[in-house]
Amino acid sequence: MNRRALRRWAAAAGFRVLIAAILFYALFPFYWAVVSSLRAGSALFGTSLLPLHPVWGNYAAVFRAEPFARNILNSVLVATLVVLISLTLSLGAAYALGRLRFVGRRMLLMSILGVSMFPQIAVLSGMFALIRRLGLYNTPWALVLSYLIFTLPFTVWVLTAFMRDLPRELEEAAIMDGARPLTIIRRIFLPLLAPAMATTGLLAFIASWNEFLFALTFTLTNSERTVPVAIALISGASAYELPWGRIMAASVIVTLPLIALVLAFQNRIVAGLTAGAIKG
Amino acid sequence: MPPRRAVATLARRRRLTAAAFLAPMLAVLAVVAVWPVLHTIWFAFTNAELGGGPADFIGARNFISLLADPQWWRSVANTLIFAALSVSVEAALGMVIALALNRRFRGCGLVRAAVIVPWAVPTVVSAKLWAWMLNDVFGIVNAVLVGAGLLAKPVAWVASPRTALVSVVLVDAWKTTPFVALLLLAGLQMIPADLYEAARMDGAGPGRIFLAVTLPLLRPALLVALIFRTLDALRVFDVIYVMAGDNPASMSMSVFARQQLVEFQDVGYGSAAATLLFVLVAIVTVIYVRAGGLWQEA
Repeated sequence: MNRRALRRWAAAAGFRVLIAAILFYALFPFYWAVVSSLRAGSALFGTSLLPLHPVWGNYAAVFRAEPFARNILNSVLVATLVVLISLTLSLGAAYALGRLRFVGRRMLLMSILGVSMFPQIAVLSGMFALIRRLGLYNTPWALVLSYLIFTLPFTVWVLTAFMRDLPRELEEAAIMDGARPLTIIRRIFLPLLAPAMATTGLLAFIASWNEFLFALTFTLTNSERTVPVAIALISGASAYELPWGRIMAASVIVTLPLIALVLAFQNRIVAGLTAGAIKG
Repeated sequence: MPPRRAVATLARRRRLTAAAFLAPMLAVLAVVAVWPVLHTIWFAFTNAELGGGPADFIGARNFISLLADPQWWRSVANTLIFAALSVSVEAALGMVIALALNRRFRGCGLVRAAVIVPWAVPTVVSAKLWAWMLNDVFGIVNAVLVGAGLLAKPVAWVASPRTALVSVVLVDAWKTTPFVALLLLAGLQMIPADLYEAARMDGAGPGRIFLAVTLPLLRPALLVALIFRTLDALRVFDVIYVMAGDNPASMSMSVFARQQLVEFQDVGYGSAAATLLFVLVAIVTVIYVRAGGLWQEA
């Protein structure tokens, strides 16, 4: 083997090793959570990499020891409502911001982007006061209301970017025919924007599903909590004996659907993220 | 109708339509964003407590106490170190992954899908599964490192003051590197292939090509990724709170403010701390926007 062939072979081998390292880094932690969730008793503390004698007790225990089914229901309810409200409000707003010219349009867009930079902690005490005044403390409705602060600017921004890119001629014919804006949005833009709305909605759903700080602060009792708070607060007999098997089982339950969703829509998601980040 | 008046009417009608479509969204933002922020800032100048009761205006006293509070300064330092370290690690790792994925090879679609997985894991879950892997007694990280002879005895990664902050940085990097990598990959794929061709024709090596072709053309994507990640990192709460709780060694500004607000029920003091974080994030945003010249054509 001459030196050039050797070098090429070394480069190819190096690349394989790099890819293997990336795969290991990305996948091992979650794999380990799955393995740990299938172990009980002292087997949990073993370091063998394969789940040789899987037991399902941790999964049953999650639903027995906590109102975990209720927590999942809360999360689904909150995230779904937040997505529906955000998309409805932002479709009309995106039409105004993306298709109509008016003074102050740019300022408005900038301010909406500014809201998405708000640290959640900066609204925490004010939001708490609002929620108590509205009588929503310790209910999922408090979360539906407060999550709009981070989903709404995002959906408005991304839908505006998509709306602006559609060709001008689209609504001109409709305007000539005397169609009203609401009809134009429903008949022309809604079908064209459906894929963008699906992506944006999915990203907003994930953000709501994962939210922790508001959920931790605005709910108090086990049955009103969402999944992230429930998992963070799973505790054992004492602070030093966390039931790791159960925590890992709960983690796997709430993460698998997300991984499935993200993988199924991965191209769309990448497009949505880059639209939010670059097109802006 | 004379033409000029027709134009004016059309413009007015368009303004009215725009206002009608924007009003619901703006009303909601006013309730869930503007009002709470203003309320927080007002709290910061009072001695309000969580239990309720009348709050008195006490001027800038909360801010003065904060500036004299070593624990608060510690949280500021932690936040800045966390942001600088995590964003650097994510940019470096994200770049390596993006460059690797930009090549065509067998199974590259599968590898790309695998790389997204950490991003799909909720932050709380990611914090928990790393807390388990880094567990001082039963964690696999200690088991492997001790087994390989790299450590004499297990380390309490998250509890020990010396490693707490670095641990949360690495966990944050694991979860958010995919976002950076995907943005950079999208940027890489927009670079025309003939540019590389030309550079290679001119006899440039891989390192030279990266510095002279890839990096300059990737600047917009890199800048956007850095801005988003920096602003997120400055606000960090979940990963630190779930892994290390109120451990002073890793407490961020958000964790500090929440501890004052909720645990110590000192709404005035906590709101002041939150307000200062708000100001810090605003300053960083303005600097970035100015420096990047971004969003000019929004």
